[in-house]
Amino acid sequence: MTAVDRDSERYGEGPAEAAPPPRAFYNSRLGRLLTALLSVGLGIIVWQVLSLRYQPLFLPSPRLTLQAVGELWDDGTLLQSIGASLARIMAGWSLGLVIGIPVGIVMGYFSFVRRLLDPYIEFFRFIPPIAFVTLAVIWLGPGEASKVALILYTTIFIVVINTIAGVLSVSELRLRAAASLGAGRVQTLLTVIFPSTIPYMVTGARIAMGNSFLTIVSAEIVAAQVGLGSMIWTSRNYGKTEWVFVGIITLGLLGYSCDRIIRFAVRRLLRRYAVAV
Amino acid sequence: MNAPPSSADKAAPTCMGAEIRLEGVSVRFGESRIVSGINLHVAAGEFVCLLGPSGCGKSTLLNLVAGFLPATSGRVSAGRRPVRGPGMDRGVVFQSTEALFPWLTVQENIEYGPRMRGVPRATRAEAARHYLELVGLGHAADRLPGELSGGMRQRTQIARVLVNEPSVVLMDEPFAALDAQTREVMQVELDRIWQATRPTILFITHDIWEAILLGDRIITMTAGPDATFKTVAPVAIPHPRELTAPAAVELYRELRENIASEVRRTLQAQGMVRGAAA
Repeated sequence: MTAVDRDSERYGEGPAEAAPPPRAFYNSRLGRLLTALLSVGLGIIVWQVLSLRYQPLFLPSPRLTLQAVGELWDDGTLLQSIGASLARIMAGWSLGLVIGIPVGIVMGYFSFVRRLLDPYIEFFRFIPPIAFVTLAVIWLGPGEASKVALILYTTIFIVVINTIAGVLSVSELRLRAAASLGAGRVQTLLTVIFPSTIPYMVTGARIAMGNSFLTIVSAEIVAAQVGLGSMIWTSRNYGKTEWVFVGIITLGLLGYSCDRIIRFAVRRLLRRYAVAV
Repeated sequence: MNAPPSSADKAAPTCMGAEIRLEGVSVRFGESRIVSGINLHVAAGEFVCLLGPSGCGKSTLLNLVAGFLPATSGRVSAGRRPVRGPGMDRGVVFQSTEALFPWLTVQENIEYGPRMRGVPRATRAEAARHYLELVGLGHAADRLPGELSGGMRQRTQIARVLVNEPSVVLMDEPFAALDAQTREVMQVELDRIWQATRPTILFITHDIWEAILLGDRIITMTAGPDATFKTVAPVAIPHPRELTAPAAVELYRELRENIASEVRRTLQAQGMVRGAAA
């Protein structure tokens, strides 16, 4: 057997690629899209039918809501609100990742640090960010800092806990391989543990993004002039239920888009790290 | 010990083999004694196979030499230096291909060791190319481990270890998870690679044919717990070996009976064979 003569191995045992069975239409790309559209369409019809039975103040119709979108768009409120909320989320969330990931790695790797910080992590992670809204305003003022800090608070525990779990689940085999290939402790941390933990970091980041939306609304309701939360709250004061609807729908679409963007970026940039998104 | 056959001389040895010594070595985990009273001397450049059923402590001995595990008592040394932890003078090829870094290409996996040592990029790329060719993976340098077959992943592991030019290579059932045909190919390949590079190899297997094909000496162990060496059989068959040779068949019979008696003893101890529970 020579070095080149191993076709049986090269071709004989690769990942099995059987011909895909013919797929039903509802499983095709177009089918899935149509199913999603159908679902949304049905939802709007139900909403429409229900709205016929109630006052607009109680349940505005889809049409009225669409008009409200136009109003809020034309005077710039909608875009300004989206911009303000998104900027706060992005700032707090990014900061949370930048701080949370290294903290999680270090806590995961050095059990002394983990034991040292664990009481705080375990204590604060059960206190919802909403509980800190008042304190944030007292300590950091009504400006941007208090909102960003609340998002940071929301993000950091989720990211830290997920990253620790990732570090702890790095296969012993990989660590041994690195050690016997000459990697020192710090090198192992950077070249084996960090990349092995990436899927966990992504999970943490995605959950934290969702929770940031929860936090931003409550923070802006209590203390903000602009933002989607304050828009919803102000609408209530004017008795404009349809504006509340606009705020809610915007939040949903915004969150969905953010998650889509994260997933897209992860798939493009982190394909090697076996992140399932 | 066998003199290396002349065919080995055509390639200059790139790894200087170093001897391995275990003196009076025992390992305990809490109450349970895994191995005890182990004395082993593997000469520089020798290929020794440790043969035995699962759970007899073969991997424990390998982990001792690799430095993954401290001996409870006794002395372990490689290249006349006591083993104090893992080091790249002792390369390890693991059974599971999980040991590869899945986010690095084959080439990058092989370059890992040199990169950790701070070898310049061009130099280490060249070294990696050399070992890629040696293990027959020249065409797959830019692929990720996840895209490779089991046999190709094990070739990658072997190249990743050899590029460090270790004096000792420890192999823990490296081909056990491969299908039978691929395993045969890999055994022949390993024989060729070893002839070309000549590190000292400690090879763990439960496959008797594999041990006969590869080893200068075959060591069988008694069934654990408290395992120790049972027999040491020199293999006086020239490389490349033909398993149909009468000497090989004779050795196979001997080793099979030798190991089967240990397996029976274990089963009897566990009361799993009729007539054992008296």
